[in-house]
Amino acid sequence: MSGNEKHHSTGYGIYIVVWLALLAFTSITVTIAGVSLGRYTLFIALLIAAIKSALVINIFMHIKFEEKIFKVFLALSGFTLVIIFLLTFFDFIYR
Amino acid sequence: MANEIAALPVREAGNNFYHQSTNKHTGILSWLLTKDHKRIGLMYMIAIMTFFVVGMIIGLLMRLELIAPGRTIMNAQTYNTLFTLHGVIMIFLFIIPGLPAIFGNFFLPIQIGAADVAFPRLNLLSWYIYIIGAILVLVSLFLPGGPIDTGWTFYIPYSVRSTTNVSMALFAAFVLGFSSILTGINFVTTVHRLRAPGMGFFKMPLFVWATYATAWIQIIATPVVAITILLVIIERAFGVGIFDPALGGDPILFQHMFWIYSHPAVYIMILPAMGVVSEIIPTFSRRTIFGYKQIAYSSLAIAFIGYLVWAHHMFTSGMSDTARWIFSLLTFIVALPSGVKIFNWVATMYKGSIDPQAPFLWVMNFIFLFSIGGLTGLVLGSLATDIHVHDTYFVVAHFHYVMFGGTGTIFFAALHYWFPKMFGKMYNKKFANAAVALFFIGFNMLFFSKIYYGLYGNAEKIL
Repeated sequence: MSGNEKHHSTGYGIYIVVWLALLAFTSITVTIAGVSLGRYTLFIALLIAAIKSALVINIFMHIKFEEKIFKVFLALSGFTLVIIFLLTFFDFIYR
Repeated sequence: MANEIAALPVREAGNNFYHQSTNKHTGILSWLLTKDHKRIGLMYMIAIMTFFVVGMIIGLLMRLELIAPGRTIMNAQTYNTLFTLHGVIMIFLFIIPGLPAIFGNFFLPIQIGAADVAFPRLNLLSWYIYIIGAILVLVSLFLPGGPIDTGWTFYIPYSVRSTTNVSMALFAAFVLGFSSILTGINFVTTVHRLRAPGMGFFKMPLFVWATYATAWIQIIATPVVAITILLVIIERAFGVGIFDPALGGDPILFQHMFWIYSHPAVYIMILPAMGVVSEIIPTFSRRTIFGYKQIAYSSLAIAFIGYLVWAHHMFTSGMSDTARWIFSLLTFIVALPSGVKIFNWVATMYKGSIDPQAPFLWVMNFIFLFSIGGLTGLVLGSLATDIHVHDTYFVVAHFHYVMFGGTGTIFFAALHYWFPKMFGKMYNKKFANAAVALFFIGFNMLFFSKIYYGLYGNAEKIL
C-alpha cells in the first residue's frame, strides 16, 4: 500500500447492518419464490439480486471509496452484463 | 527488492536475462519458485506445447480410426473419449492460454517498459493453477467411471446423465478458468499502472493493445462459465433441476450460459493473434503500421461485440425465432472491426519492402486460412444456410480454419518471430520455410475436404 492512498475505515456496525440486510433480502427471495406474482416474478427477483449486489460491491468490496477509474470499469462490466441479460430475454420471452 | 538483486552473483556484466536466477534458489527450484515474468512465460510454453503435442496425437488417432468404415483401431466409447479429450486439451490447455500466457507474459512487460507484471506472485500462482487443472483432467481419465465422453461443450442433458467422470473433468475446466482470470487481472493492472514514463496508451505496441483487450474478456467472461460448470456439478451431485428437462430445468439455458463465455473465448484466442500479426507485418514490410489507432480501437470493439453474438452457436437448438434473427444480425457486425484490421494490414504492406521470412510466411498463411474460416462463418451465421450444414463436417472445417488456421498459425508465427529474442539465437530458416509449406498443404488437405463432406451432409460426430 502506498502512503498517498486514503484509508476509509468503515465501522463494524455498518458491516453487520449490511450483512443483516443481505440475509433479509435472501429470505424475501426464498419466500416470494413460493408466491405466484405472475409476470412480475422475474422482475422482482432480479431487482432484489441487483440491490444485494450493489450492497456487496459498494460496502464489502469497498468500491464506494475507490478511485473513479474503478467505478467506470465496473460500470462498463455491469453494462455488458445488462446487455447479456437483455439478449437472453429475446429467447426466453419469445420462445 | 534492490537488495535481493544486489546479493545475486553477477556472472557477466549486463546479464540480467532469465538465465540468471532472481531468487535465492538454483536449478529447478529457481524456476519453480520464480516470480520473473519471462521464466513464467517459458514455463507456460513448456507445459502448453506438451499438451499441444498430446492433443495432436489424439487427433491423429481419431483420423486413423476414421480411415476405414466401422471399427479400425478403437471402439465407439474410446472414440467418444478421445473426441472429448482432443477438444478439452486443445481448447482449455492449448489455444486459450497459448498466446497470452506465453508471449503475453514474456513480452507485455518488456513492450511497455515495466520490470515485471503488476502481481508477480499471482502470475506464478496462475501457472500452478493451470498445472493443477491439467492434472485434474489427467486424473479424471483414470478414475472409476472412465474418461469423459460428452464432447468439449458438455451439452445438457447428456452431461448430466453420462456415467463417466464428467464432474471431475468439469471441475478441471473450472480450475483452469481461474488461471485465465488471474492472468487477465495481471495484464490489465500492468497496462494501467506500470507503463514506463512517456508510454501513453496510444504509444503502446499493438500486441499490448490486443492482449489488454483480451485480458478484459478473460476477467468478465470466464466467471460465467465457472458458474455454469458449478451448476452442472451441483445438478449431477444433488439432482437439482437447473438444466435437465427431466427435472424441470432448461437445457437451452445451459447452452446460453456456456456460449456467453465460450464465444468471447473465441476472441480470447484470436485477439492476441491479431496483435502478433500487427507486430509482424510492419517488421517484414519495413513500414510503420497503417492506421494504428483504428487497429487499437478495433481490438476493443471486437472484445465488446464478441459478447453480443453467442447464440449464433444455437440456431438449431430450439431457441426463439426472434432471438435467432437478432443474433444472426449481430454476428455480421463482428465483420466490421475485423475488416478494419485486415484492410490496415494490407495497407501496411502496400509499397512496403517485403522480406518474406518465416514469421511473415506464417502470417500470410493466417490471412488465407482465417479468411476461409471467416467466409465459411458467413454460411453458418446466416439462419437458412446454417440449418443445412449444422452438425456436419462443415462446422468442423470452419472451426479448425478459424482456430488452428487463425490462432494456431499465429502461435507458430510468434514462436518464430520472437525466437531470437527469447533464446538468443536464430532458428534454422530452411526448416522454418519448409514447415510453413508442409503445414499449408497438410492443413488444407485435412480441412478443405471437410467443407465438401459437410456440404454433402457428413455428420459431425460419426464413427
